Amino acid sequence: MSMTILTVDDSRTMRDMLKLALSDAGFRVVQAEDGVHGLEVLRLEAPDVIVTDINMPRMDGYGFIKGVRSDDRHRAVPILVLTTESDAEKKDRARRAGATGWIVKPFDPVKLVSAIRRVAA
Amino acid sequence: MDSLAAIKQTFFQECEEQLAELESGLLAIEGGIQDSETVNAVFRAVHSIKGGAGAFALDDLVRFAHVFETALDHLRAGLLLPSAEVTGCMLRAADVLADLVRAARDGGSVDAARCKALGEELAALDPDGAGTVPETDDGMDGIDFAPVLVELDDLDALPAPSGRHFTIRFTPHPDLYAKANDAAVILREITRLGDATITCDTSDVPLLSELDPEGSCLSWTIRLRTASDAAAVREVFEFVEGDCDVAISAEAEEDGEDLDVAALLARLQGEVAGETAEATAQQLIADETPLPGSEVIDLSEVRRQGKAHEVAPEPASKPEATAASTAAPPTIRVDLDRVDRLIDLVGELVINQAMLAQRVFEAGLARASGVAAGLDELEQLTREIQDSVMAIRAQPVKSVFQRIPRLVREVAALTGKTVRLVTEGEATEVDKTVIERLSDPLTHMIRNAIDHGLESPEARLEKGKPAEGQVRLSALHRSGRIVIEVADDGAGIDRPKVKAIAARKGLVAADAVLSDEEIDNLIFLPGFSTAASISDISGRGVGMDVVKRSIQALGGRISIASRPGEGSTFTMSLPLTLAVLDGMVVTVAGQTLVVPLTAIVETLQPKAVEVHGLGGAARVIAIREHFVPLIDVGRELGYRGNDADPLDCVALLVESEGGARNALLVDAILGQRQVVIKSLEANYRHVPGIAAATILGDGRVALILDVDAVVARSRSDAASHETFLAAAG
Repeated sequence: MSMTILTVDDSRTMRDMLKLALSDAGFRVVQAEDGVHGLEVLRLEAPDVIVTDINMPRMDGYGFIKGVRSDDRHRAVPILVLTTESDAEKKDRARRAGATGWIVKPFDPVKLVSAIRRVAA
Repeated sequence: MDSLAAIKQTFFQECEEQLAELESGLLAIEGGIQDSETVNAVFRAVHSIKGGAGAFALDDLVRFAHVFETALDHLRAGLLLPSAEVTGCMLRAADVLADLVRAARDGGSVDAARCKALGEELAALDPDGAGTVPETDDGMDGIDFAPVLVELDDLDALPAPSGRHFTIRFTPHPDLYAKANDAAVILREITRLGDATITCDTSDVPLLSELDPEGSCLSWTIRLRTASDAAAVREVFEFVEGDCDVAISAEAEEDGEDLDVAALLARLQGEVAGETAEATAQQLIADETPLPGSEVIDLSEVRRQGKAHEVAPEPASKPEATAASTAAPPTIRVDLDRVDRLIDLVGELVINQAMLAQRVFEAGLARASGVAAGLDELEQLTREIQDSVMAIRAQPVKSVFQRIPRLVREVAALTGKTVRLVTEGEATEVDKTVIERLSDPLTHMIRNAIDHGLESPEARLEKGKPAEGQVRLSALHRSGRIVIEVADDGAGIDRPKVKAIAARKGLVAADAVLSDEEIDNLIFLPGFSTAASISDISGRGVGMDVVKRSIQALGGRISIASRPGEGSTFTMSLPLTLAVLDGMVVTVAGQTLVVPLTAIVETLQPKAVEVHGLGGAARVIAIREHFVPLIDVGRELGYRGNDADPLDCVALLVESEGGARNALLVDAILGQRQVVIKSLEANYRHVPGIAAATILGDGRVALILDVDAVVARSRSDAASHETFLAAAG
């Protein structure tokens, strides 16, 4: 069975691009528009990997990651942060929240897919 | 369209939304609202545009957005205070950003000088005083931003297992597992780099009874032979930096000596605290074990960092707490074609329902019969479905209104006037097509209001008015139509001047006696322009006549109310939808026609004493002491050669634009009905005097009368009416 990837990004453009790249790689993609929506989706879905943005309305990526990690069902799901931010302080904050890895936008689909395969046990 | 092009289109749509968000947010901040959600939303808007632009390699846009974003980040962090100067600069930057987005979309060019100037202005806002944009040939290149892509190894290309030897000591911390990383995955990654011999150190594994399920008690030593360099090896651990101890040592091929890395590292950590680990490490290696060509990469400083940050010490933030602020109702995006198809089908349903009702009526079934009652319910339901479907196409006028502040800023700057824009009723909804076609006339009216309506600040102060002029833009629903008003508190219409200009241009007789209202309406005449000089703003050859025509084309009307010294108000009334119409079904010379109900003021049965001939075919009818031209619709449309006898007809008193009244003669009124508009031009061709067509309950096609066109035709037939009426009225 193909892997399910949850993408969380408030930008429709970015969601569409992720969907395109990930579907092409044979993944099943579920999408959420922000952290709150992401946590809602996680009540119904058990993705194999989560790819999330940081800057989002309602609940940002840090809050979302913490929310995921505090839920026993999703404690072990790898979370990749996809963001335009590349400074160490923000990376570090994401890591402290419980992010598995990070990728800087704009992303190369091939590398994104390999990063996903890499973190998916 | 391929998927990427479709996404690009989405990106530009999204940009428009973000730009609108940005502008309204900045205006709110300018207006004194400084809550963090507003500032965040503004930041996010620019951030999202930058993110998407990066994906499509729109470099100019990315660069400008980056500078803008930096300034907004300072604002967000409280390093920059939202003074009028700052918000003004940011609003102008938002305009430039909008220009850049549009240039990227439409392939046009932007004002490079303005773009550069704003970039510098934004950079100058930097509170650190580092506000200088490096000078470069094309202005923006020097700004320090390039999208960075983290290099993840291309895993498909396996390097040949030759070259270097690495010894890697890998000890995960519990945090590594808590973040869903997996030691096995990392080890697998390493094996892809070349030949690896992995030894697991299980010496720390306690008895099962003492095992901490969330702890970490295994470590590994890997001997790797690979063509990759140390950076590639280090990259495998990129995601787990800080959550594990990793020590990588490289040896040259010919170097056979085995190095006790762990022991060395232990010493290193003991001795080099606070210093640059790598430099010292190399020094130490040089001192202790002279190994030419070896290098040691020590991640211990990373580990120390990692230990300082215990995993998740803060409780997870509660979704409920943060969700409250901007929760919008859930929406879905639907292809417009699908909605239009639905509207078409509902149109068919309405027609079908009407036909069914007609058949039932013709079958002579009693009103009280079950069929008739069911039919009544069906009619109700049909109406409701129609309203609901129409509501799908309805959108708030906000999308047009929010472009106005920028326009006001630009026109105000060009005319040297200070203007405050007040908008009301932004949430008022109207059909999407109406909104789209509203933009141009509205833009022109706002320009006019500022350019012609408002006085200069000096003139205003002289008159005892505040120096700042006000333009009010409002929208509201009134009796099934949307009413949009543009009001200024300027000088009002200079009636003597308007009349003089109209007379000079031959639009009215020099000695014509005109009411104030009639004079005001002269500005809607083609070829009229009150501007003494053709100004940059409104004198572009587009007059109020064009505004009026575009409003009329939407089935709307425009009127003006002006008070000298107090200002003018332009009122536009538009239908909420272009798909259905409330009409009066009439017969003319055996043809069934529909007259839009909005045009009809009243209906009456002409009496002999009221009808007067004017010589020739021209006739007028006296209605409450006013003479109104009588127009035989059948003759105008060529259904009959001679005028019908008015006494056998019904007169529909119609009001066309500017309030001019005419009486249309029709044979009989069949009833009032809501009809679905079908384009005649799309299905047949344009017919003068006819606006569109519809299908009636009995299945026949009926033409919808274009009242203004019929009136205009009859006027051109008999221009002599005018002079007579001016004298008689």
